[in-house]
Amino acid sequence: MSTVLLLVITGLGLGALYFLVASGLSLIYGLMGVLNFAHGAFLTIAAFIGWEVGRRVSDGTWWGLLVSALVGMIVGAVVAAATEYFLIRRLYERHIEQALITVGLALASVALFEGIWGTDPIYTAKPEWLTQTTEILGARIPNDRFLLIACAAVVLGAIVLFLQRTRYGLIIRAGVENRSMVTALGIDVRRSFTLVFAIGGAAAGLGGVLASVYYGYVSAHLGSLLLIFAFIVTVIGGLGSLTGAAIASVLVAVLQQFANFYLGGTGDLVVVIALAAVLLIRPRGLMGKVA
Amino acid sequence: MTQQQTQGTAPQVSDAASESTLRQAQGTDGSSPRTKGGVAASARRPLVLLIGGIALVVVLAILPLLAIDIPGVLPGPTYTPGTLQLLAYAMLIAALALSYRMMFGLAGLLSFGHALFFAAGAYGLGMALEYFAPAEWPSELIFLGAIVVTLVFGILLAATVGSLALRVTGISFAMVTLAFAQAGSVLIRRNPGGATGGEEGLSLDITNVPDALVGVLNTRNLYWLALGILVFVYLVVLWVERSRAGHVAEATRENELRVRVIGIRPYRVKFLIFVVASTLAAVAGMGYLLLQSGASPRVATADFTLTILVIVVLGGVGYRWGAVVGGIVYTLLDQRLTALAGSDFIAGLPAVLRVPLSEPLFILGTLFILVVLFLPGGIAGIPQRIRSGRKQHPAESAEVADA
Repeated sequence: MSTVLLLVITGLGLGALYFLVASGLSLIYGLMGVLNFAHGAFLTIAAFIGWEVGRRVSDGTWWGLLVSALVGMIVGAVVAAATEYFLIRRLYERHIEQALITVGLALASVALFEGIWGTDPIYTAKPEWLTQTTEILGARIPNDRFLLIACAAVVLGAIVLFLQRTRYGLIIRAGVENRSMVTALGIDVRRSFTLVFAIGGAAAGLGGVLASVYYGYVSAHLGSLLLIFAFIVTVIGGLGSLTGAAIASVLVAVLQQFANFYLGGTGDLVVVIALAAVLLIRPRGLMGKVA
Repeated sequence: MTQQQTQGTAPQVSDAASESTLRQAQGTDGSSPRTKGGVAASARRPLVLLIGGIALVVVLAILPLLAIDIPGVLPGPTYTPGTLQLLAYAMLIAALALSYRMMFGLAGLLSFGHALFFAAGAYGLGMALEYFAPAEWPSELIFLGAIVVTLVFGILLAATVGSLALRVTGISFAMVTLAFAQAGSVLIRRNPGGATGGEEGLSLDITNVPDALVGVLNTRNLYWLALGILVFVYLVVLWVERSRAGHVAEATRENELRVRVIGIRPYRVKFLIFVVASTLAAVAGMGYLLLQSGASPRVATADFTLTILVIVVLGGVGYRWGAVVGGIVYTLLDQRLTALAGSDFIAGLPAVLRVPLSEPLFILGTLFILVVLFLPGGIAGIPQRIRSGRKQHPAESAEVADA
């Protein structure tokens, strides 16, 4: 029982990370049809700069972590918005080229990060409490999992509120539903493109800082590591669906943990098989709209 | 697919359909990256191209016997093993890029799993040579047998993945292929039963490899082998592209609905293209194993597929030789930039310039972004662009863009 509980909560923690990356991917794809390969780069740069600032302010304390998280979110949002504004926008409506641009950006940025911060992972310090465990029903659960789950829940809530309660949220939801109709009504959807990129980038930036807490290090490959699973989550959840992404992140991560524990470390393979199965049985994903 | 369609008119209809879509594509804008070099050119043009192609192959073939030194481009004179090794590698990458272009450029299938088949060829042959060795057979026969076994394995793998992945289209297709490639990559790294060598990679067991293909002194032979593979892949791609199946694939890329309306099922053609392209990738993979005397798990990763995609786009999606040019330019650039990164010149620069310039992938990635933004036809599209004058980006048709 305690093992199952441990696996479930660890899975939820990992799922929280996946969700932070996948939420942006899913919104961006849903609204703009862009498969954003550079999303991992947003995450990595945010993790690096968040760490650089955080350790200068106050290394290994809650205050330092909070500063890292804020800086990470801002960096992620700014880099993502700049990417959209300077690169993606030029290729409006040409989805393959847009995806190609992000591929190039991902390749170039990983190389640049390696050049600046080196190829080896850099181990980070974190607040004392996060290195300890809490006992729940006999299961000793690392405390950082709770932080991850809480952050992801807050982000999910914030994005849902934003989408449901604000005018821009309304435009974005309408744009995902039917972009040409929104344009026909005289609303410039393109302005919300930058916004969606910024939101996705901020979520990914927070994810980057939290990933450095979860893994205990920052490296140039942090983003690409998470990106593949975020893609899988996005597709299983249904492209463009935030709820789908949330459910799929949890499902994928928990499944991965269980397979890793009970099936001899085959978590990655099981997830891939799950993706293939979902796509073949239900090509639009769990919550995706009908194509 | 047309072989099965023996009811008189259907094949002709398919040709007409694809030709009309072709003409449509060429009529709307001359600089479209998908146009194949001018149709209206005189009838003599194919002959010139043929002679030029043969001459190029002959020049490449006698290169190991010459001592041409291009400083800055090649690491040394062309007869040295190091240079030949690099050129041979470039040609294998070009062959792989050609096979990918057939899928992506011709049939419009954006696959993220092409590396899987390259790796299947490399690892398949490596493992076949190690385990498939009936003691009583002479070693030449074992070598040939291993190649046949690998080919059959490649075809079966391609057919399995293809039949599953082609049930969905567009981004979902890309994701299913990515999933399979990822599974393959994980499997190779996990090293089941010590068969793939895991992170270390697989080293070639040379017991049954012909002596002429082993050792630094025989790099020449490996070079010729790579050239042979490139020519072979080119000819197969040319043949498929000119065949009726190729025309149907092209028409499907432009407008799948119309092809369906005419009464052709695009599935079988796409499947055929997928299997042929994947098998060609496996052939290139076998050459890679022999050339490098081993295989590294890097060739199975999604990053490797992305590199191939970058090469194809860099060279020009719309042109067969674009993939070849892209493959060779990319490999040479990658190698030379790595050499440049370690040079004194770079070490002497201030950090702001030194850090980006010492990362070849950064330069290549940036170059790639610039090509996508400003040179939609790729390198191979430059002559066409110059001829037709500077034009704006050709508008992508909605069907292709949404694929």
